[in-house]
Amino acid sequence: MNKKVSLLKKPAVQTLIASLLCIVLGLLIGYVALLLINPAGAWDAIQSIIKNFWTYSKHTTQIKNLGNTLVKTAPLLMCSLSVLFAYKVGLFNIGAAGQYVAGAGACIYCAVALGWNWVFCMIAAILAGALVGSISGVLKAYRNVNEVISCIMLNWITLYLINTLLAGVKEPTSNYTYSITKRLVVENGVASTVPNPGTVLPSLGLENLFNNNKYVGLALPLAVVLAIAVWVLLNKTQLGYELRATGMNKNAAKYCGMQDKQNIVMTMAIAGALAGMGAAMLYLTGIQQWSVTQSSVPSMGFNGIAAAFLGGLNPIGAIFSSFFIQHITDGGSYLDMRVYSGEISDLISSLIIYLCGFVFFFKTSLTNAITLREDKKLLDERRNKEGGKAS
Amino acid sequence: MILLIQYMLVFTSVLMLVALGGCFSEHSGVINIGLEGIMVFGALGGALVMKYMPAQYGFVFVVCCILASMLMGVLYSLLLAVAAINFKADQTLVGTAMNLLGTAAATVIVKALNTAENPNNPSSTIQYIAAKKNFLIVDGYEFNWFMPLALILLLLSYVILYKTRFGLRLMACGEHPQAASSVGINVLKMRYWGVMISGLLGGFGGLVYITAGVSEWKFENGVAGFGFLALAVMIFGGWKPFRIALAALLFGLFRSLSNVYTGFAFLNSLNLPSTVYNMLPYIISLVVLIFFSANSAAPKAEGIPYDKGSR
Repeated sequence: MNKKVSLLKKPAVQTLIASLLCIVLGLLIGYVALLLINPAGAWDAIQSIIKNFWTYSKHTTQIKNLGNTLVKTAPLLMCSLSVLFAYKVGLFNIGAAGQYVAGAGACIYCAVALGWNWVFCMIAAILAGALVGSISGVLKAYRNVNEVISCIMLNWITLYLINTLLAGVKEPTSNYTYSITKRLVVENGVASTVPNPGTVLPSLGLENLFNNNKYVGLALPLAVVLAIAVWVLLNKTQLGYELRATGMNKNAAKYCGMQDKQNIVMTMAIAGALAGMGAAMLYLTGIQQWSVTQSSVPSMGFNGIAAAFLGGLNPIGAIFSSFFIQHITDGGSYLDMRVYSGEISDLISSLIIYLCGFVFFFKTSLTNAITLREDKKLLDERRNKEGGKAS
Repeated sequence: MILLIQYMLVFTSVLMLVALGGCFSEHSGVINIGLEGIMVFGALGGALVMKYMPAQYGFVFVVCCILASMLMGVLYSLLLAVAAINFKADQTLVGTAMNLLGTAAATVIVKALNTAENPNNPSSTIQYIAAKKNFLIVDGYEFNWFMPLALILLLLSYVILYKTRFGLRLMACGEHPQAASSVGINVLKMRYWGVMISGLLGGFGGLVYITAGVSEWKFENGVAGFGFLALAVMIFGGWKPFRIALAALLFGLFRSLSNVYTGFAFLNSLNLPSTVYNMLPYIISLVVLIFFSANSAAPKAEGIPYDKGSR
């Protein structure tokens, strides 16, 4: 009995319970929404959201679609790492979306217009993300601008800038950019393309595991390694310690001789780099092309917030939560579009973020309740020993 | 030129209303990042009335639209109030969730209504061409009844905040809730009022925004960061109603340029891509924040959950 009680008091266990509760409640409310829209198909609909690729009966198709989900899990994991890294330092990086856009723009431009190798394209994406992130960092550190608001403004500014930049490398007949496997060459005002396969991320032979899904490759293993690296950086290095100390109390950190302002800028730069790299992990697989007319910031960065908090703000937890969020997001596309809209998945993931707001309260009440019960038990035991009132 | 003024006044009204909403919430001690989501829901409330209510009633119709948008805004803001006030949640997190939820939920609702009417129409657009005419003061111009109403609400906000017992108590809760509590003010209740008033004004602002120059709205797009522009206006305005109005006027000017710049010869001759004008309001607000955030006049206790036991 005693052992079980102390287990419930452990932060990791509490976080796990809280996250699972958030998921269950989020799905439940999503189900109610489906019921309200059309009761007849609601049960099937929520099942297909949860099942995602399992809706296919053929094993090979399942595996291939699992691959697609995993391809998109990598950038989502990077965005959630970006959010949680900044959050550990006391900064709310809602700008992951914009940093992600900057990274996407940089790697696509370098691939299509400049024909660079994927390594350099990825470095360009990292630098672009870091640049956008550090703008928010500098404004926060030196001009006291709330990072949430500056990030939002930068999200929009970056989106329009990247749309303008990539309009230069778009297909003449559509609003999409050229595939990254082609290089745009302009000679005497005439545009033509030459094949350039060096821009695609290496697959490492992983494609064979997923029924020759050619998009699966380096991205996810790299993202997982980086998740572990972020955990090590935050918890096992002096830099991580200083960054967290700055986040907890800026003035105390300064008093201890830490560079509080530099730490803030560095945090946002690293966060931006992570988000920018995430974009490279998606767009350098060639699974998607950029639409230069899109008028809203891609949701990847915002889903990163959901994944970060659902994972209990732990890099390792983020690996699983990112997969879950991407899983239900993809699951939304299996709905019958004549009855339900795919945005149900967005609804569920935003509900999960909302419910994550209650986690702190949940943990505190749980700890309090357990402590109260333990105290009571202790008191009872003592009473029994002393042979006091036995009622 | 007259076109520019029309758009400027519309956008100024929107920004002012929403920023005033933010002002009430923050003066009570709750940061309202979720204004964007509140606007979407207010807009949805108004749009649904415009869609389903017959438009011939004129005045009653206008009143119903406004009341619906305000009601939806207040109801939606309760999500923030419950989480932030009763459950001491991270206000930035909850606000962000509300923004995402607002757009997602509104899209789901509108799409469900559209597909129920016609299975081949899975769009998130609501049209209100005929209904919108009711709002105009003079036919053919984009001057609507919302503008004088926004002005009245501005004056009312000032009077409530600075001249009534309620307003002064509200502001006390944002500055030093423990002190306010010690003289018998119910801090939690006042914060509920602050958030709900921001929902009311934000919801109305959303309605004004979707009727600005367009006669249909695609709810997938939310309100395109207007809620955040309003937050910038609020900070620029130093959390004071009249300065907020002036700030809104400036931002409204730049925002309307992106709609009407083609009408000006000298702007056209600059030959800038249209994205520059789209970016302009955001760039301006960033620049403004750089200069006006250093010694900020923000309410001291904003963003900190009220804990009776702390000092």
